[in-house]
Amino acid sequence: MNKVLLIIQREYVTRVRKKSFIVMTLLVPALFAAMYAVISIIANDKDQTKHTVSVIDNSGIFKGKFQDEKFVKYTYPDKSLLNVKADLKSDDDLVLNIPAKITDTAVLYARKKTTLALADNVQRQMNDIASGISLVKAGIDTARLHRIKSNIIIKSSEITATGEKSTSIGATYALSFAGAILIYMSLFIYGAQVMRGVIEEKTSRIIEVIVSSVKPFQLMMGKIVGVGLVGLTQFVLWIGLSAAISYFVGHNSSTQSPVYVFVHNLGSDAGYEIGCFIFYWIAGFLFYSALFAAVGSAVDSETETQQFMFPITLPLLFTYILSVSYLFQAPDSPLAVWLSIIPLSAPVAMMVRIPFHVPGWQLGLSMVLMVIGFIFTTYVAARIYRVGILMYGKKTSFKELAKWFFYKE
Amino acid sequence: MLSIRNIVKQYAGHRALSDVSLEVKSGDIFGLLGPNGAGKTSLIRIINQITAPDSGEVFFNGEKLNQSHINRIGYLPEERGLYKKMEIGEQMIYLARLKGLSRVEAEKRLKVWFAKLDMESWWKKKIEELSKGMQQKAQFVATVLHEPDLIILDEPFSGFDPVNAEIIKNEILELNRKGATILFSTHRMESVEELCDSIALINKSHKILDGEVKSIRNSYRNATYLVEYNGTQLNFDGTQPFDVIEEKAGSDNDHTIRIKLNDPNTSNDVLQYLIPKTRINMLQEVIPSMNEIFIEQVNLIR
Repeated sequence: MNKVLLIIQREYVTRVRKKSFIVMTLLVPALFAAMYAVISIIANDKDQTKHTVSVIDNSGIFKGKFQDEKFVKYTYPDKSLLNVKADLKSDDDLVLNIPAKITDTAVLYARKKTTLALADNVQRQMNDIASGISLVKAGIDTARLHRIKSNIIIKSSEITATGEKSTSIGATYALSFAGAILIYMSLFIYGAQVMRGVIEEKTSRIIEVIVSSVKPFQLMMGKIVGVGLVGLTQFVLWIGLSAAISYFVGHNSSTQSPVYVFVHNLGSDAGYEIGCFIFYWIAGFLFYSALFAAVGSAVDSETETQQFMFPITLPLLFTYILSVSYLFQAPDSPLAVWLSIIPLSAPVAMMVRIPFHVPGWQLGLSMVLMVIGFIFTTYVAARIYRVGILMYGKKTSFKELAKWFFYKE
Repeated sequence: MLSIRNIVKQYAGHRALSDVSLEVKSGDIFGLLGPNGAGKTSLIRIINQITAPDSGEVFFNGEKLNQSHINRIGYLPEERGLYKKMEIGEQMIYLARLKGLSRVEAEKRLKVWFAKLDMESWWKKKIEELSKGMQQKAQFVATVLHEPDLIILDEPFSGFDPVNAEIIKNEILELNRKGATILFSTHRMESVEELCDSIALINKSHKILDGEVKSIRNSYRNATYLVEYNGTQLNFDGTQPFDVIEEKAGSDNDHTIRIKLNDPNTSNDVLQYLIPKTRINMLQEVIPSMNEIFIEQVNLIR
């Protein structure tokens, strides 16, 4: 069996078997399910009880003019206010007392506190009726008025080669946001895992035994690929478990499953978007984890990593902050375009732009540079790594790292 | 077995090895001696192909050293360690597979070794649960599990208690009897005289001495003898065929003297001179120990 495969296997198996991996893998979909439950509770928490409003119309102009709605019915009993109030049977029934002069305040009586939405409904209807009457009195034909009054609702539509297609702006933003955050976080989480693995081998001194069997480059690549596969496994499990949870939960409730809504909004682009995500995840991971491995090789413990981590994490952090605050509002701005082409920031910045459709040449250029980028960082990192892993108990400076780079075998 | 020719290794700022050449014969136990920082570990790393020399060549059984030889070398580094969180059995198998053994074969051999060294109950234990001595034992097994032709041990006895050191020493000797060539570095001189067939002494990146232990010691003979006699203390007036270096009185009229023969006298002349005067208990030639040669040589350069 190839030695690199053996290393990949070890790195993968020991990590996947860890309790922390299993906990994280289960916890995230569980959180997702909890979040989903909260959302659907909020969504279903509309006032769905039926209300009957008994209208006591002292002015005589509202009678029969209220329109019944799904949950609100209007009746017009010929009784006095006191009698009607005494007749109230249900907690959900109300009495609306309209004074003779409509400029006086109308009062809505109920046994319970009325909801804001209900009071709003009544008030809006009264205003409509009153202003209709005023308009008629002023000699304006209400039917004509309705025709003149515009009724504007915005629906956004995207022009594509195949014609127009309706899009949900919200879903696009969410997608852009989610892609950027996921890539940003996983670069850190799995990059740090690679680094910690390297430090572990160095501090436990097993490194010398291993490099007497394999080339340092093989060990580094084996570790990076192994950890990368762990990351991919975790993502697949997260998506699978989340989808399963939302499918079952979604099945039992009246609202649509968010995954369904999400996929629906991705529309015909789902393949393209997921493909881009996977490409940038892998390329970004290879790009950064090689650097993380080099950092791990240069130090003796995790506490010493700070000074080397800074220049690696800075561009990522910078892009991330820009992404969530600015880029996704202006995905085609020159800044966004440049950030999505430079390999240091491309994995995050390009994910922000993907849902807004990126010109082919920009995407192509970015991807090519990304590949060149990770080959370059892997090469640089490997040269530092092969020296660093055998250096114990020495404080390392950037100058030293540069020296290591130029060492012969 | 191993032929090291004109190795030079330069690190930024200092030279670890300058023009070092060595021959290790097949089946030998070869000691690589030298004070700390002399370049022993650098040389060992070059033989293990962990680093490459700046110039010079290494030949393994007549072939230029290459990747295919990795599986035929077993290496126990001075700085020892294993994956702390990994179960010991699994870890040994992993290390053996990296050396080209199949899983089945590794498991089979490991069981034999574990039984031999009373380690059977450790199989499922994590390294961090073992004592330091146990870890060393496990690491020794990992070094030899793939039955290498050449076993390189960097300070093999450091960290072992005397009992385990003895066990490991016997295992090394047995592996050697079965045909493995052993190369080990040490500064424990008593183990050199006990174990090594040949040695090389490295100091400050230079090889200053090498050869068979016997012939090296013989070449450092300097006609010094130890004589023990019983009787009244002798006075030496200058007519004796030797110089007295040291005199020591023991109990019950026992006296020990350390003498250096004057050319061309032999030990027989000493006896002839002394026998009429006193009763001789012992006469023994003092051959310098490796330790003395080591210190003398290292100080010579300094």
